[in-house]
Amino acid sequence: MKKSFKLEELDCANCAAKMEREINKLDGVNSATVNFMSQRLTIDADPEDFDRIIEAAARVCKKIEPDCNIVR
Amino acid sequence: MKHRLSKKERANLARILIALLAFIPIFAVDKSIGLASSIGGTYGWLLPFGLYLAVYLTIGFDIVYRAVRNIFHGQIFDENLLMCVASLGAFALAIFRGVNGLDTEGFDEACAVMIFYQIGEFFQRYAVGKSRSSIQSILDIRPDSANLKTESGVTSVFPDEVEIGQIIIVYPGERVPLDGICVSGATSLDVSALTGESVPKEIAVGDEALSGSVNISSTIELEVQKQYYDSTASKILELVEKASDKKSKTENFITKFARYYTPTVVIIALILAVIPGAVTGDWSIWVYRALSFLVVSCPCALVISIPLGFFSGIGAASKYGILVKGSDYLEKYAKANSFVFDKTGTLTKGNFEVVEVYPHQNAEEVLRLASIAENGSSHPIAQSILRKYDKKTDASYTLTNEPGMGIVAKKDDDVILCGNRKLMESYGISVPDADIIGTVIFVAHNCDYVGYAVIRDELKPDAAEIVAELKSSGARTVMLTGDGEATANDIATRVGVDEYKACLLPADKVNEVERLLAEKNSNQTLCFVGDGINDAPVLMRSDIGVAMGCLGSDAAIEAADIVLMRDELNGLTTARRIAKKTMRIVRENIIFSLGVKLAILILSAIGMASMWMAVFGDVGVAIIAILNAIRINGKYKTVQKYALDQK
Repeated sequence: MKKSFKLEELDCANCAAKMEREINKLDGVNSATVNFMSQRLTIDADPEDFDRIIEAAARVCKKIEPDCNIVR
Repeated sequence: MKHRLSKKERANLARILIALLAFIPIFAVDKSIGLASSIGGTYGWLLPFGLYLAVYLTIGFDIVYRAVRNIFHGQIFDENLLMCVASLGAFALAIFRGVNGLDTEGFDEACAVMIFYQIGEFFQRYAVGKSRSSIQSILDIRPDSANLKTESGVTSVFPDEVEIGQIIIVYPGERVPLDGICVSGATSLDVSALTGESVPKEIAVGDEALSGSVNISSTIELEVQKQYYDSTASKILELVEKASDKKSKTENFITKFARYYTPTVVIIALILAVIPGAVTGDWSIWVYRALSFLVVSCPCALVISIPLGFFSGIGAASKYGILVKGSDYLEKYAKANSFVFDKTGTLTKGNFEVVEVYPHQNAEEVLRLASIAENGSSHPIAQSILRKYDKKTDASYTLTNEPGMGIVAKKDDDVILCGNRKLMESYGISVPDADIIGTVIFVAHNCDYVGYAVIRDELKPDAAEIVAELKSSGARTVMLTGDGEATANDIATRVGVDEYKACLLPADKVNEVERLLAEKNSNQTLCFVGDGINDAPVLMRSDIGVAMGCLGSDAAIEAADIVLMRDELNGLTTARRIAKKTMRIVRENIIFSLGVKLAILILSAIGMASMWMAVFGDVGVAIIAILNAIRINGKYKTVQKYALDQK
C-alpha cells in the first residue's frame, strides 16, 4: 500500500535526506521518499502493518527534526 | 501568489533585528574604546563577555536548545550542534585569552557567527518558501467545490462527492471541477493551466470540458464523466507532485556526498585542533582554525539548491504544458541525442484522407467493400474510408483483423479482403504496382481484385523546423512508420530526418527501438516520441518516452516519461531548453558551492580566513545557490516565437 503525507515544519533539506534513509530502514517499509521541496512523505509499506509503520516513521521524523509533524 | 511570512518566520525576523540592534552599538563601542580596557584589570574581559553573551543567547538560544536535544536523539552531526560548538568554542577561546591576561578579543566574532547564521537561515527558508509557493501556484488547478444540480435546486458540494452522470453547473469565472460533457449552454474555456495554450477553447453542447480549465464567458451545465480522483486536474496534480520524488542521479550523488562530507570535515577539524596544537603548543590558533572548519561543515547549500533546481525545472515545464514525470527524466532528457519519431500523429497530423481511388472497374464498389471491412474500426485510416463513402454500410459481416496486413470480412461464402499488398499476396491475389506516395489500401472481393484507394495525411507545420533544430544540436533523428517505402521516403525527405524505417508492424517498432538501444553507447540517450495511442510498449522501452497531444488520454500519460499536453512538436525543443538550463544551473551550483567551501577550508586551515568569512561562505553560498536555482523557473522561448522574431 502506498500513501502520501504532508510534513509540517520540515525545515532542513539534509534532515529530509536523513529521514528518508532512516524510514527506509524500518521493518515492513518497501520504499519511502521524503520530498523536501513538496514537503511530502510517500511510504510504500505492508498494508497489514501500516499504522504501526506510520507511527514509527513519525518517531523517526521527530528524532531528526523535533518540530516536524506528519499530517495524518 | 505572494509568499507570506509564517508566524514563526516573523518571530525569527524580529529576533534577528533585536539582536542586530543590540550587537551593532556594543560592537562599535568595543572596537572604538575597548570595553575590556574601560574597566581594566584582570576582570576587564567580563564586561564584553557579559554583553556579547546576552546578545548571543537572544539570537541563538533555540539553536543551543536544539543542539542539546539532538545530542540525546543521537544526532551528532547535526548542523545546530556544529554551529554551537563553533560559536561556543569561540567564546571559550576568548575567555581563555581573558583569563590569561591577553588582549580581549573574539567575543564579537562568536556572537556574530550566530547572528549571521540565523540571518542566513532566515533568507534560505524565505527563498525556498517563496519558490515553493510560486511553483505550486502554477499547479493550483485544484477545484474547491462543484455546483451540483439536483431536483431541489443547486447545492455546492465537494468535487469528490459528485458521481458520474450527475449534472454540475459551472458559472463564468469558475474552474471546471470535474471532466464532463456539456449538456447545456456554450462558452469559452481558458485551458492555459492544463496546456500552456493561451487561446481559449470554445465548447458547445456535446463537447468535452476538462477539469482544471476556467470558464470564461457564460454558464454551462456539464454531465460528469469521471469521478474526481480520475479527472484530468487530479491526475495532473498527482503526477507533478510525485515528479520530484523520482530523484535524479545528481540529487542522489549530492545526498550521498552530504552524508560523508560533514563527518569528514568534523574529523579534519578535530585533527587540525589536536595535532598542530600539540606540536606548536599554540593551542588557541589551531583551535580557532578548527572551529572555522565546523562552520563550513554543513552541506546545506548543495542539499537545498540541487533539488530546488530540479523542482523549478519541472515547474517551469508545466507552465508550457509539458509534464516531466521525474527529476531523473529532466536530467536524461537534457542529454538525449537520438530522437526516434513515430510518424503518424507525431510528425504528421494523422488526419487521413482518401485522396484517390484506382478501381479495376468501379470506384464506388471499391469504397463500398472497403467500408464494410473497415466498419467499426476507430483507426484513422478506416475512418477516412468511412468518411469518403459516407453511406450506410452493411454491418452483418464478421470482421477479422490480420495484424499488420488488414481486415478480412466474411458473410457466409462472401469474403472481402481489405488491406495492404501482404494481405493480397497471402491470399494469392495479384495486384498492380502502386508506386504512389501515401498509404495504399487494396480491396478484393471473393478472390477477385477490385481496386485500391490511396490515403494520405498532412505533415505538421512545424515538423521540419523542430527536426532541424534537434539535428543542429547534434542529435540523430530516426522516423519509424508502418507505411510503405515510397510514403516513408517522401515524408522523411520533407521532414529532414536522418534515417527512416518503413513497413514496420507495431511489434517491429519495439524491435527497432530495441535494436537502436543495443546499438548506442552507454552515454547516449534515446528518446522516443509518439502520440501514445498504440506505442505504449515503445514509450516504456526507450530511455525516455515522450507522448504528445495527451490531454485526456490516460494511457499515454501513464506510459510516457515526458508528456506534451499540446499536440505540438515545439514542446520537444522547449522541454530541451528547460532541461539543459536546469542541468547547467545545477552544475553551476555544485561547482560554485563546493569551490567556495573548499577555498574556505583551505584558507582557514592556513589561517587566512576568519570565522566571519566562514559564516559568509556557508550561508552566503546557500543563498546565492538558491537564487540561482530559482532562475530556472523563468521564461523560455518556444519555436513559433523564435520564428516570428526571425521575420
